[in-house]
Amino acid sequence: MAAVAEFDSVGLRYGTGAEVLRDLDFRLRTGAFYFLTGPSGAGKTSFLKLLYLAQRPTRGRISLFGEELTEAPRDALPPFRRRIGVVFQDFRLIRHMSTFDNVALPLRIAGASDEDVEGPVREMLAWVGLADRASARPPTLSGGEQQRVAIARAVINRPELLVADEPTGNVDAEMANRLMGLFTALNRLGTTVVVATHDVGLINATPGAQMIRLETGTLVDPTGSLRNPPRPAKGQT
Amino acid sequence: MLGWLFAAPADRRLLGASSRRSPTPWLVAIMSFSILLIAATGLALANTAGVLAHAIQSRYALEVPGGGSNLDALLTAVRNSPGVTSSEAVPESEMRRTLEKWLGPSAQSSELPVPALINFDVTGGANLNAIEQRAQAIAPGARIASHRDSLAPLLDSLTLLQWVSFGLVILLSAAAAAAVVLAARGALDTHRFTIEVMHGIGATDLQVTHLFQRKIAIDSLIGSVGGAIAAAAVLLLLTSGASFAGEMTGGASLGARDLVILALLPLALTVLATWVARMAVLRALREAL
Repeated sequence: MAAVAEFDSVGLRYGTGAEVLRDLDFRLRTGAFYFLTGPSGAGKTSFLKLLYLAQRPTRGRISLFGEELTEAPRDALPPFRRRIGVVFQDFRLIRHMSTFDNVALPLRIAGASDEDVEGPVREMLAWVGLADRASARPPTLSGGEQQRVAIARAVINRPELLVADEPTGNVDAEMANRLMGLFTALNRLGTTVVVATHDVGLINATPGAQMIRLETGTLVDPTGSLRNPPRPAKGQT
Repeated sequence: MLGWLFAAPADRRLLGASSRRSPTPWLVAIMSFSILLIAATGLALANTAGVLAHAIQSRYALEVPGGGSNLDALLTAVRNSPGVTSSEAVPESEMRRTLEKWLGPSAQSSELPVPALINFDVTGGANLNAIEQRAQAIAPGARIASHRDSLAPLLDSLTLLQWVSFGLVILLSAAAAAAVVLAARGALDTHRFTIEVMHGIGATDLQVTHLFQRKIAIDSLIGSVGGAIAAAAVLLLLTSGASFAGEMTGGASLGARDLVILALLPLALTVLATWVARMAVLRALREAL
């Protein structure tokens, strides 16, 4: 099956510090659903940054959508970034813009006209339960609402690869289930999904998902054969 | 090509309200004001030098050091020489009035010898040696002096001042460009978060640059035009006070061509500011990932 991403002996260090990621070798299959897990400081966020092209590896090679991008020129990256939806852990919403404008941003950057933006954004806001907050600015929203705006912005473009860093960390269980339902629905439509989370319950509630586990910057399974997640122990959430 | 100048309202909202408090219009207004005043001065000096050079190009003075007891005969001799188109004797009283500015009341003393002076204009074919010889036959000490030679140091100074004005316009334009670069970098720092988000979502450097380029173009245009209006008001005030100088130089002033040049300067400054802002922003963005 085609790979949406391939990492070949990838390493990453910031400045002159020690490597935060080492010897990453794996393939993300197109249309698959992955959970990225690991203790705090294991390198999950750095891993995701490599995946959504916010960081270049200091060694090794990375291919996305079949294109080798490790040393791709800067101008070549935006078209690939437009194929990736990202839900940041800190939401990264633009504070002085309305909820509507934040969600519409990927469409506008891709060149959509105002008429083409209006319908999908209203629909997406309704889906995440924020139809009545379209003109509100992020500082006036609760943490959970901001997270839903961030998710709406990440998926509005129907990305081929969706990368989410703790996307359900600030929402209640019901909203977490709805958001995971959205991710699963997108996945069924062909989007490859990578969700970083500590929530074992969430992992086990997603049938067919695979798990990538990082510890101190390396994949726990060095063979790169990504495994199905374990079932939770009784009583474990 | 100028599509970036007409951004959609949503694109304009990306930089938020904080960008409306930019110091750029004020910086550019000060530069525009200074550049226009200096440029106007330089152009007026050029016109003055031109008028003066044209006026003295074919003008000569016949000087008789001992005074003009036979001034009428000299005047007739000069006037009747071939190639002389006009001649005029400078009255002794006028000479003494002129000397009085330096010598005070003693300039009116009969003991002070005052040279006789006849100003005359010639055509291209005039023989100055022949005119001088005819004058010397009447007054042996008579000699012809060229106004062009007498005023050469003044014309040289005027030319130098024109170049100084031109250099100052260039320097101030460079200073305005440097100020705009600093303003653009400041704006980039202010909006770093927005830029990171836009890049993360797939915006190109050019899309980000257009936002700042448009903002700085508008700020620069407002500043340039504001500075130009202030400079025009000052120039109008100065024009009335410059009538004396105008009389001295045959009424040299700013012509239609000069006014067009002055009107184009604020636009040129706006274009320069926009271009350097674009370059500064693109360069800064390329230093990122």
